[in-house]
Amino acid sequence: MTITLHVNGKPHVLDIDPQMPLLWALRDHVGLNGTKYGCGQALCGACVVHLDGEAVRACVTPVRRADGRAVTTIEGLSPDGSHPLQKAWVDLAVPQCGFCQAGQIMTAAALLAKNPSPSDAEIDTSMAGNLCRCGTYLRIRTAVKQAAAAGGKEK
Amino acid sequence: MSGPPIRLLRRHFLAGLGGALSGLALGSFASAAPELPPATDPAAKAAAEAEGAGLRPNLFVHVTPNGAVQIVCARSEMGQGVRSSLPVLIADELGADMGRVEIVQAPGDKAYGDQNTDGSHSVRGFYDALRKLGACARMMLIAAAAKQWKVAPSTCTAHDHAVWHEASGRSLGFGELALAAAKLPVPKDILLRPKAELLHVGKELPLLDGPAMVTGQALYGADVVLPGMRTAVIARPPVVGGKATAHDATKALAIPGVRAVVPLPAPTPPFAFQPLGGIAVVADDTWSAMRGRAQLEITWAAGANGEYDSETYRKTLLAAVGLPGVVVREVGDVGPALTGAARQVEAVYHVPHLAHATMEPPAAVATFDGQSCEVWAATQNPQASRSSVAQALGLDEENVTIHVTMLGGGFGRKSKPDFVVEAALLAKATGAPVRIQWTREDDIQHDYYHTVSTQRLVAGLDGDGKVVAWEHRTAFPPIGSTFSDTALSAPGELQQGVLDVPLAIANVRAENCEARAYTRIGWLRSVANIYHAFAVQSFIAEIAEARGSDPRETLLEIIGPPRIVTPEELGVEMLPNYGQSLTEHPIDTARHRRVIERVTELADWDQRKQQGRALGLAVHRSFLTYVAVVVSVVHGPEGKIAVDEVWTCLDAGTLVNRERVRSQFEGAVIFALSHALYGEITMQQGATVQSNFRDFRLMRFPEAPRAIHVEIVADDGPSCGVGEPGVPPVAPALTNAIFALTGQRVRNLPIARTLKV
Repeated sequence: MTITLHVNGKPHVLDIDPQMPLLWALRDHVGLNGTKYGCGQALCGACVVHLDGEAVRACVTPVRRADGRAVTTIEGLSPDGSHPLQKAWVDLAVPQCGFCQAGQIMTAAALLAKNPSPSDAEIDTSMAGNLCRCGTYLRIRTAVKQAAAAGGKEK
Repeated sequence: MSGPPIRLLRRHFLAGLGGALSGLALGSFASAAPELPPATDPAAKAAAEAEGAGLRPNLFVHVTPNGAVQIVCARSEMGQGVRSSLPVLIADELGADMGRVEIVQAPGDKAYGDQNTDGSHSVRGFYDALRKLGACARMMLIAAAAKQWKVAPSTCTAHDHAVWHEASGRSLGFGELALAAAKLPVPKDILLRPKAELLHVGKELPLLDGPAMVTGQALYGADVVLPGMRTAVIARPPVVGGKATAHDATKALAIPGVRAVVPLPAPTPPFAFQPLGGIAVVADDTWSAMRGRAQLEITWAAGANGEYDSETYRKTLLAAVGLPGVVVREVGDVGPALTGAARQVEAVYHVPHLAHATMEPPAAVATFDGQSCEVWAATQNPQASRSSVAQALGLDEENVTIHVTMLGGGFGRKSKPDFVVEAALLAKATGAPVRIQWTREDDIQHDYYHTVSTQRLVAGLDGDGKVVAWEHRTAFPPIGSTFSDTALSAPGELQQGVLDVPLAIANVRAENCEARAYTRIGWLRSVANIYHAFAVQSFIAEIAEARGSDPRETLLEIIGPPRIVTPEELGVEMLPNYGQSLTEHPIDTARHRRVIERVTELADWDQRKQQGRALGLAVHRSFLTYVAVVVSVVHGPEGKIAVDEVWTCLDAGTLVNRERVRSQFEGAVIFALSHALYGEITMQQGATVQSNFRDFRLMRFPEAPRAIHVEIVADDGPSCGVGEPGVPPVAPALTNAIFALTGQRVRNLPIARTLKV
């Protein structure tokens, strides 16, 4: 079946199983590996991307659900890593191994799009689905607030 | 299949370290990850040749004629920040401008020295060696300049990427000197700079790979794409040592995209780094491979471990510590001292199996051309990957190349190259490049688990409450069982919180009670310190409670006055001491006391009762580093006990990158809290019960402490470990705090077994 994904502004026409999770379509067929596999069951958030601006877990989203829609991955969050969240993450040296951070940032970006100045509790609730085994949660809280103070969305 | 070309793990310090020096910003490293040029492109080839010229006094440093400096990082990056830390030792000795330094990741090769990135060893093991490598290059550049100027080398200095002769005001850039320096002999006697001249070492340094990580450009094991590459997943025997006695691949092969179904050889004990065997499904993409695996019909034989039941085994371990074991530490005469004591305190502690659960499940890519094998792997252990692949494929090591990618977490799991060998075997079997992808279920169910342990401690107190006798029995299947059929005890693990604990007590005995392994036991971040520190630091708090004294005062009293504790005082024949001499790294109770005193000061320990706060305290020396932790707990929502605040004070000797040291200790708190609160792997009929983050629970944002305060109390003396020592004191500090809050003593981990957390 033919699926058309608009990934980071570019169309990709794929002839793949419509049940294939969006995660594997992005990684194996679109060639964008920034979105990570962590659990395959919507338990860890490493695979979060935006579908028409909404945060979704690509590992449990069948690619047919994204047919004809706009997908934003970490590679497309900003042209050059200049999104306030990306800048805050680097300023505060948030990542350790870095593997979960694409999903963390994409989740936080969706949060800030709706709630430009979230409290700690709101950050915790919104990001409860994102695991970090290295334990960077507290720096992420600070980084989200720093990015919010800097304007939240990409300028 | 298409994908981006492979990006090497090369990264420029483009923007230099100015931000770090001014203290303004950490994020001043920009990433530049050059793409692998096609070998046939003449321009790229010429550029590569020009780049190849210049000064290469050793494997780690390369100064090119255009002034670029390449520094090799030979240890794996798994979140500890090693790529942002170790190369700075070389660069500072050289006098390089960090903006012109590029970090290159080493392949697996014994020529680089030990590359197995574990044991919290990278800084403490290489601090001086790396300085010498940089100093050697500096001396050669100075010699070349001095020769040209006809002045004595001792009148020249190297800094800011150039050699200077201040008397005459002359200078020559490193690039201008590179070719001339390359013709000079490599000096034998290396002179290090005075430490004060190391401009960046010991500072808060930027995160080299940060920009790549936040833009999706960092290359992990599963991100490597080769032309024509296939993806494999494997159905492995549910029980270690089991095997498939029959399988039907018909339905799997009918799945579109599935190319082959490949039975893998069953391993023979001891299992060491061998893959677990099973049936592999090789497909055009990951989804097809996973679908194909789900359609395999396999009959498994469980083998010798098929009866293992972790609940039953708890009773076995409990019985083991009820009987005398092998005496491994003895001072005075514990028996009569206990019998004659005014009162005894006794407790038994249990810590379950744990899984590493790195956020990136194991992944590797291999290609085999009939003579040689090339591998890209998220490995902590590229040399063992190389030797294991060579052995499995029947090749000489020279014909195996291991490229190290970024690791999405390691924690000891990725020191074991079983998954790397799987990729190589399948590349050979199918004749195509293969990526092996472990699913999360594979990772949780087929780990090299942290061992399971039971300990029994008994103390004798005299009429004044003074501790006069201490008996510690520990039983745990040792890591050695993974590498030898006969291993039942483990001197390497006993040093971690049994042999090395300073005890100002007249009569001490520690015994190791034998315990057999029924699964693959591996090392997990901080290893045996996890369970030993939990038991010892809990028990000291229990003694405090029994005699009605303050836990801090009791802890300081049992550690005793500031002194160097000798093996004789400990009552041990020898102490491995993490591979370091006791002369250089003695057990120094002044350092224990200092971190305890500082952490309790920060946490306002003395005022806790007046303030109505529930605090717990613990201290532990591991990997030569001294760490004290205070945890504060509160009654949280929904009747749960919640961790509110954590203070960690550490003395890890001389540091390289203070910023990454702090981040390691912050992360260690979360890592350890996860295990103490929720972490448990159980086994039934030899197979792991848990399968994903649904049932192997980790700490999440809402459960994370409100604040973690890390303070570095010292920055001098020989360097000690950083990656692991933050873990061990956290669990006992937490259960001690829970006792302060609820009066309930938790001796069996995880805490979720007995309390709502």
